[in-house]
Amino acid sequence: MYKYDVYDQQIVNERVAQYRDQVQRRLSGELTEDEFRPLRLQNGLYMQIHAYMLRIAVPYGLLSSKQMRMFAHIARKYDRGYGHFTTRQNIQFNWIKLEETPDILADLASVEMHGIQTSGNCIRNITSDEFAGVAPDEIVDPRPYAEILRQWSTFHPEFAYLPRKFKIAISGAAEDRAAIAVHDIGLSAIRNAQGEIGFRVLVGGGTARTPIIGSEICDFVPWQHMLTYIESIMRVYNQYGRRDNMYKSRIKILVKALGIEEFRRQVEADWADIKGGPGTLTVEEVKRVAEYFAPPGYEVSAEKDPALDLFKEQNKAFADWMQRNVRPHKMPGYAAVLLSLKKTGVAPGDVTADQMDRIADMADRYSFGELRATHKQNLVLADVKQSDLVSLWKEASAHGLATPNIGLLTDMICCPGADFCTLAFARSIPLAKMISDRFDRADFLHDIGEIELNMSGCVNACGHNHVGHIGIIGVDKKDGGEWYQVSIGGAQGNQAAIGKILGPSFNFQQMPEVIDRILQVYLRERLEEEPFIDTVRRIGVEPFKEWVYATPIEADDSVDKTNYGFMEKPDHYTVQRKSRL
Amino acid sequence: MIIKDKAVVSDDWTILRLQENETPESASVPAGKVIVPLRMWQAQRSRLQDRSGLGVWLASNERPEDLKGDLDRFDVIAVDFPRFADGRGYSIAYNLRARLGYTGELRAIGDVLRDQLFYMQRVGFDAFAPRPDKNIYDALKGLTDFSETYQTSFDQKLPLFRRVKRDGAAGPANG
Ligand code: SF4
Repeated sequence: MYKYDVYDQQIVNERVAQYRDQVQRRLSGELTEDEFRPLRLQNGLYMQIHAYMLRIAVPYGLLSSKQMRMFAHIARKYDRGYGHFTTRQNIQFNWIKLEETPDILADLASVEMHGIQTSGNCIRNITSDEFAGVAPDEIVDPRPYAEILRQWSTFHPEFAYLPRKFKIAISGAAEDRAAIAVHDIGLSAIRNAQGEIGFRVLVGGGTARTPIIGSEICDFVPWQHMLTYIESIMRVYNQYGRRDNMYKSRIKILVKALGIEEFRRQVEADWADIKGGPGTLTVEEVKRVAEYFAPPGYEVSAEKDPALDLFKEQNKAFADWMQRNVRPHKMPGYAAVLLSLKKTGVAPGDVTADQMDRIADMADRYSFGELRATHKQNLVLADVKQSDLVSLWKEASAHGLATPNIGLLTDMICCPGADFCTLAFARSIPLAKMISDRFDRADFLHDIGEIELNMSGCVNACGHNHVGHIGIIGVDKKDGGEWYQVSIGGAQGNQAAIGKILGPSFNFQQMPEVIDRILQVYLRERLEEEPFIDTVRRIGVEPFKEWVYATPIEADDSVDKTNYGFMEKPDHYTVQRKSRL
Repeated sequence: MIIKDKAVVSDDWTILRLQENETPESASVPAGKVIVPLRMWQAQRSRLQDRSGLGVWLASNERPEDLKGDLDRFDVIAVDFPRFADGRGYSIAYNLRARLGYTGELRAIGDVLRDQLFYMQRVGFDAFAPRPDKNIYDALKGLTDFSETYQTSFDQKLPLFRRVKRDGAAGPANG
């Protein structure tokens, strides 16, 4: 993976010094909270319900075992012994003290990490495919370009105070695993007929209040022009994106208002002046960065291990894990392994300090010391020898990291929700737990098969609910209750789609029954081997809607809210028992 | 006092902001060195153009191209930051410098704070009027927060990768 040179290190060190001084000025009262807020946000520090939350950038999801051990250290020393991997391939710590944040950032800088631009109205951490560099269907390895974009966007002077946050995702495989269609800019690295590398560029995708799939602004931007082309998109957005209403300030609204043709015309007019200028990428720079991502020292002789198949036959749990959590690798004899952070009873994405240490050990022992965080809140060991799979599985199981549920119902994406986030209308972690508890039967889960359930506590949609096969979102009913709207038919990837809302919202205790009814329709209607999303596409939303609303849904009284209250809730989160029907 | 060319200097310009009951057509320009709003320049151009000691300022929603052809009539062009979080002024400055070729004094006015100064100087501002309630000497420090930058902007024509020889995966770069 990429390693800092003296320049990278110097920039990050100077950032720590600058931030230390800013914190000092805040503590002394020289800076007001209003003035300090954007400064701390640009270093990843949010004010949450109970404490500060620090979000640390994991650039395009890639991290080393050394960095993972640093997370363990931070969890122990400055937090309550755990961290939370997010849908942005980042990690968050939830119980942080402002005074300690400069030291945390200094600790992070010592392992080439930071919290730069993990929040605020700037270009955020670039996200990418968690199987970059190892996926058999890869066309172009996106990591060097992601790193080049990271550097370009870091402290870009013109684009630090955009109308709103700005997210870029990049993928380079046949299958899009980076959800590029729902980003402000989505880049798909491709080759043209001459074999030259370039990018198909999507713009104005997004979720939140106005879920929308990105529009193609250019079908092929040659790699040399990647930075200048994006610069022009940013400049048009910075000048014309709305700033009067934060709900209309994302680039998608501008693209929609102008229409993609006019937006493209403006971008190209700006680009005409800088195209081919000094911002143009050079062969040497791409080569320099790409060398950091050269394949590790694979053992060419690593062949498929016959003992593996035998063990699989004898051990159902291992076979399930192989089926769900192990992915093919472009090198014969290797595999990519997903460590599930979705064990029932644990908040999705949460990892304890001890687990972090063990994960780092496993990375060192089995995967060249590297790890990846996924936007579905799991971790990947990308380069595992197939002959190591059995021992890795045993180890991962011992540490609660081998739940064989990747891609299944219990592998939910879930934002922090009302337990931590001040913006939430409803809780999401306890709801995820409640749903996991209800459906935590291995055979049932495997029978349902591939399904993505994504959940957000509010309209900001950090849990990517709009692109979930089933999407759940906390809505504001103004009655103080906890209400959820449910959509189905959303999807990420090549057939990205925004889910359709089923109908009136449901309360906390009705939700497991709602999911149950949706699954009943699927089981009734599915054709052989047909995954959930295909059934929805084939039969549409209506049959689901009819069945879900056919009879009143009683609040499930067996669901004792204290069992699912992650902590004491303020009064207005009291679950309402009145049925909506 | 303002910051100009990285130093605190005294300043004798007055920035004219229209009051609620004034219009760009009717408001009068006091004697001395005055920086007038763009709309006033457009409305009273014939009266103002022969004045010596004239500056103009742009609001964050105004277009620098509107000054095309007139740039050398002004001793100073200022860009207003109504709130520091309004980042349009950065692109206005960049366009004034890089596209329109303005070479005179370019001053940031309004909600101008220490922690924005580094970025502001990069896009082409060379003068800063920090918010009056802030210590100007303290603000000056904001210009030197970083000693290296990755990307090109107005102040730095070459990106880092064209400017220096950087280390590759094989180890330190030679030379
Ligand atoms: S979706 Fe809403 S509740 Fe969830 S983390 Fe984002 S802002 Fe907070």
